Amino acid sequence: MNLLQTIARRVFSILITLFGASVIVFVILRVLPGNAVTASLGTSEGLLTKAQVAALDQYYGVGQPALQQYFSWLHAVLSGNLGVSLTYRQPVSYMLGNTLPITLELSFFAIVLGIVIGAGLGLWSGLHPGRWPDALGQSVSVLGLSVPALVIGEVLVTWFSRQFHYFPSSANSVGFFTDPWVNFQQIIFPAFVLSLGIAAAILRTTRGAVLEVTNLNFARTALGKGVNRRSFVWRHIFLNSLTAVVTMSGIQLGYLLGGTVIVENIYVLNGMGRLMITSILNKDFPVVQSITLVFAAGFVIVNMLVDVLNAVIDPRIRKRGA
Amino acid sequence: MTTTSLDPADQVTPEDVVRHRGWLGALWRSGSGRAGVIIVTVTVLAGLAGIWNLTPYAPDGQDPSTVLKGISFAHIMGTDQFGRDVFSGVLQGIGVSLEIAVLTTLIAGVVGTVGGVAAGFLGKWTSAVIMRLTDMMFAIPAVLFSLAIVTALGQGIVDTSIAIGVGWIPIYVRVVRTPVLALRESDFVRAGRVLGFSRLRLLSRHILPNIAGVIAVQTSLTLAWAILAEAGLSYLGLGPPPPTLSLGDMVNNASATAGVAWWTLAGPSLAIVVAVIGFNFLGDGLRDAADPRTRTR
Repeated sequence: MNLLQTIARRVFSILITLFGASVIVFVILRVLPGNAVTASLGTSEGLLTKAQVAALDQYYGVGQPALQQYFSWLHAVLSGNLGVSLTYRQPVSYMLGNTLPITLELSFFAIVLGIVIGAGLGLWSGLHPGRWPDALGQSVSVLGLSVPALVIGEVLVTWFSRQFHYFPSSANSVGFFTDPWVNFQQIIFPAFVLSLGIAAAILRTTRGAVLEVTNLNFARTALGKGVNRRSFVWRHIFLNSLTAVVTMSGIQLGYLLGGTVIVENIYVLNGMGRLMITSILNKDFPVVQSITLVFAAGFVIVNMLVDVLNAVIDPRIRKRGA
Repeated sequence: MTTTSLDPADQVTPEDVVRHRGWLGALWRSGSGRAGVIIVTVTVLAGLAGIWNLTPYAPDGQDPSTVLKGISFAHIMGTDQFGRDVFSGVLQGIGVSLEIAVLTTLIAGVVGTVGGVAAGFLGKWTSAVIMRLTDMMFAIPAVLFSLAIVTALGQGIVDTSIAIGVGWIPIYVRVVRTPVLALRESDFVRAGRVLGFSRLRLLSRHILPNIAGVIAVQTSLTLAWAILAEAGLSYLGLGPPPPTLSLGDMVNNASATAGVAWWTLAGPSLAIVVAVIGFNFLGDGLRDAADPRTRTR
C-alpha cells in the first residue's frame, strides 16, 4: 500500500514536471528563434509567392498566438505526431524510431559498465581507506571526472588505429537482431568510453557511503561479534550503501545523455545524439524539439524509477513516504 | 549531490556555517588545495598569454616548411598540418576556453546565488515559486539546455556561455539555499533582526559573508564543468565559430591528423585535462578549508 502510494505520488509529480519541461522546451525552441520556416527555406524564401508563404505558415503554425501554438503542438505530440523534419522531409517519429534503439543500447551498456566499475572500485576502496586500493580508486575517480569522453574517445581511436589497425566502423550500424556479435563490437568501445565518467562519480558516492556505513554502530557490532567477512561486506555494508549507488546512477543519466552525443559522433554511430547535432547545424527545429523532449522524458522517468527502486531497497524511505 | 541523510551529524547547523578565519592557510595546507592553486595559477597565466598574444608564434601562422613536425625545442608541442605551432594554438585555446568558462560561471553563479538567497531568506511564496522552477529545470539535463539554447541563439562567445550557464543555475540555487536557511535561524541573525537591522544589512553583513565559502567551492567546480562543456560543444562544431579556436575545436581538428601526428591531439587534450583537474582540486581544497569538520578531523 505504502509503496503504491509512493509510486502514485511520483507519477503525479512527474506529469507536472514533464509539463513544465515541455513548456521550457517550447519557449526555448519555438518562441526564441523567430520564424523557423524562413530559416529552413534559406535563400529560396524570396522566390515564394505570398500565398505559398501563408500556406507554409499555417502548416507550421506560425503567426498564431504562442499559447495556441503551444497547445496545438502539445496536442500533436500527445497523439504521436512529432512533425516533419525540415531537412529530410521525413516524419520525425520515423527518424526517432531508427535512431533511438542505438542510443538506448549504448546507454544501457555504458551504465552497466559504469555501475560495475564504479560500485566495485568504490566498495573496494571504501573497505580499505588510506591503503593502496583507496589510492587507486581516488586516482581513477579524479581522472574519470577530469578527462572528458571526447579526449578518451579520440585518444583510444588514435591508439587503436595505430597499434592494431582497428578503425571505428564508418559503415551503417548493424542492429542487434541482425548480427549480435558485430553489433556488440560496434557498441562496446563507445560504451566503455562513456562509462568512465559515470564510473568515477559512482565510485566517489559508493566510497563515501561505504565509509559512513562502516562506522555505524550496527556494522561495528557485527564485526565485533565475528560475522564472517563475506556476509559482513555484502549484507551489512553493500546493501546499506546501495541506495546511494542507485541515486547516483540516476543522476548520471543526465551526464550520459551529453556523453552519447559526443561518443556517437566520435564513433560514427547513427544514434539520436548524432541526429540531434546534425539537426542543430541544419536548424531543423522539429527534430531538435522532439529529441529534446524524448531525452527529458527519459531522464524524468528514470529518476522516478530510481525513487521507486530506492523505496523497494530501503524500508526507511518507504515509511517516510518520500 | 543531494543525498538525503538522516544522520544528525550530516545536517547543516548554524554553527557549521559561521565564519572561518585563515581559510587561505587551510587551503594551502590541504594537499589537493595546494595542487589546485598551483595548476589553476599556471592555467590562468597560460590563458592570459593566449589572450594577450604573448605566444611564441602566431597561433594561426601557417608555415609550409614546418608541416606536421614532431616535438622539438623550436616547437615544444610540435606543429599541425598547416605548419602552425601547436603550443601557441593551445595557449590561445586555453584563453578562449577560460573566457567562456568564466562568463558561464558568472551567469550561473550570479543568477543562481540571487535565486538561492531569495529562496532561503525571503518569504514562503517566493521560496515555493523559485524551488518549483528549480525542480523543473532539474528535470532537463544541463546538456539539453546547452544544445537547445545554442540552436535558438546561435554561436558566439556570449551565446555559448549563456547556453552552458543556464543549465547550472538550479544547482547554484540548491547549494546556496541550504546554508541560507540554516543561517536565517541562527542566533546572530535573529539577534540582528531583533535589533532592527534592515534586510539588506542582514543579507550583506551577516548572510553573504558566511556563504562565501560554499559559493567559492561551487564556483571552482562550475569552472571545471564549464571547461568540459565548452570543449564538448566546440568539439561538435557548436561552439564559437572560427577564427575563435577553443581547445575543443583543436581536439576536433586533430582527429584527422592524430593517426600520423599524435602530438596534434596530445597538446589540446592535455590542456583540457590539466585545467579541469586544477579546478576540481581547487574545489576539493576549498571544501576542506571551508568545512571545519573535515579540517579538524
